[in-house]
Amino acid sequence: MTQPVVPAIAADNLVKRFKGATAVDGISFSLPAGSVTGLLGGNGAGKTTTISMIMGLVVPTSGTITVLGAQMPKQRYRVLHRMNFESPYVDMPMRLTVRQNLTVFAQLYAVPDIAARIAVLAEELDLGDFLDKRTGKLSAGQKTRVSLAKALLNRPEVLLLDEPTASLDPDTADWVRGHLERYRAARGATVLLASHNMNEVERLCERVIFMKKGRIEDDDTPARLLTRYGRETLEDVFLDVARGTGNASEAAQ
Amino acid sequence: MNGTDSGVDFSVNRVAAMVRRYWYLLRSSWPRVLDLIYWPAVQMLMWGFLQTYLSQNAGYFAQAGGMFIGAVLLWDILFRGQLGFSISFLEEMYSNNLGNLMMSPLRPAEFVVALMIMSLVRLAIGMVPVTLMAMAFFGFNLWSLGFALMAFFVNLILTGWAVGIFVSGLLLRNGLGAEGMAWTIMFLFLPLTCVYYPVAVLPVWLQYVAWALPPTYVFEGMRALLIDHVFRADLMVQAFAFNILLFGAASFAFVKLLDSARTHGTLLQSRE
Repeated sequence: MTQPVVPAIAADNLVKRFKGATAVDGISFSLPAGSVTGLLGGNGAGKTTTISMIMGLVVPTSGTITVLGAQMPKQRYRVLHRMNFESPYVDMPMRLTVRQNLTVFAQLYAVPDIAARIAVLAEELDLGDFLDKRTGKLSAGQKTRVSLAKALLNRPEVLLLDEPTASLDPDTADWVRGHLERYRAARGATVLLASHNMNEVERLCERVIFMKKGRIEDDDTPARLLTRYGRETLEDVFLDVARGTGNASEAAQ
Repeated sequence: MNGTDSGVDFSVNRVAAMVRRYWYLLRSSWPRVLDLIYWPAVQMLMWGFLQTYLSQNAGYFAQAGGMFIGAVLLWDILFRGQLGFSISFLEEMYSNNLGNLMMSPLRPAEFVVALMIMSLVRLAIGMVPVTLMAMAFFGFNLWSLGFALMAFFVNLILTGWAVGIFVSGLLLRNGLGAEGMAWTIMFLFLPLTCVYYPVAVLPVWLQYVAWALPPTYVFEGMRALLIDHVFRADLMVQAFAFNILLFGAASFAFVKLLDSARTHGTLLQSRE
């Protein structure tokens, strides 16, 4: 008898309303383990609210969301140690050194042999030069690498990334994407990536979910989306979906 | 202790991680350490000199040696106990780190216990030097109160923590817009808990309010000890009973406010 395959992340008719305004309006999707999915949409499309519900930080108004089989946020403590996230909208304490911050979070996630794990991440993410520098003294690119190191401390099975390369120069951004690809390949992790960078999404994601006004407008592989919308780049598809122009209305049906 | 299957698991390791985080912060900043000592020292000196002046000019105060200094030191245990708890919590909001913590396996109860430990650490750094100064300047030895001091301390710190837990819930729910509460809420206790005067001074209707607050029993107990040289164990037991109720109510409010923060999506928007 075969076991049913449990999706890494599954949303079923998920709704979130804030004081009468609907941020997420009945979305459903299922992400298989090991997949990399891009969550795209303009500002106010509902991406951050969706990710917040996946993380258990926001309670859905109705519908359900499960991560690694646990219902969020009710059963979050069953799975939080197997997840992690990186976002430019949260910071790590600025007065602590990079090593101190990583030590604290490693202890929170019960990482075995903390010093060795930090040494490995310092090597992989090239943190060695500023490991004992205060986090507040780092450049934007260095801070992003430190945030990524924090997100990878516990070798998460589910990794949520909100604009992982925002405010990075092209070289550092490319380097970060390369590292994410290697981590995903080595760990078989499920990655959900919210981004406004279409090159990043084309490079990393095997599936793209477009959101608009709290709803899913389209959901497919980048290649099929390009074909269906008759566009050369995902950026053009994004604009079609956001503005409702081109083949957007027929493609979405 | 390190189980991860349910929300009721408690990990000493995660508490230690948070204490480590606050300890790193404290030792990285000498103004933070100085701030712990500065104001209690100023208060103690002011009340100490006032007491010296009054004792030279009024017989009653001459008998009640150390009453004002004792009151201000005990008041600081109450006030600094709450503030030490709340400031550690505020540090997470100032550094925009709350999202990282709420997304980590850290349980709310572990967070609260870490804040309690840091409140004790901060209190010790601030109060121990000030009690030694009180000895040097005014010959008042708080430590000589022995067991009574322990009973006073336990009751005052429990009230401080209960208020700190409630304020943290307000901050979670309302963001830094509620920051002022963290700094000022305890001052409501200053007139009502009769820190510097007997409960009998209050109008009768207000005495009922005063006796509903645990610190009132402590300050009455302190005056009984310093003036009549009697340790009122009955007052300490009543204070403890009220503290259990207060702590339970504050914990309940914290859980409800945290739930409300999850419903209203304020955990990631804690700035204002």
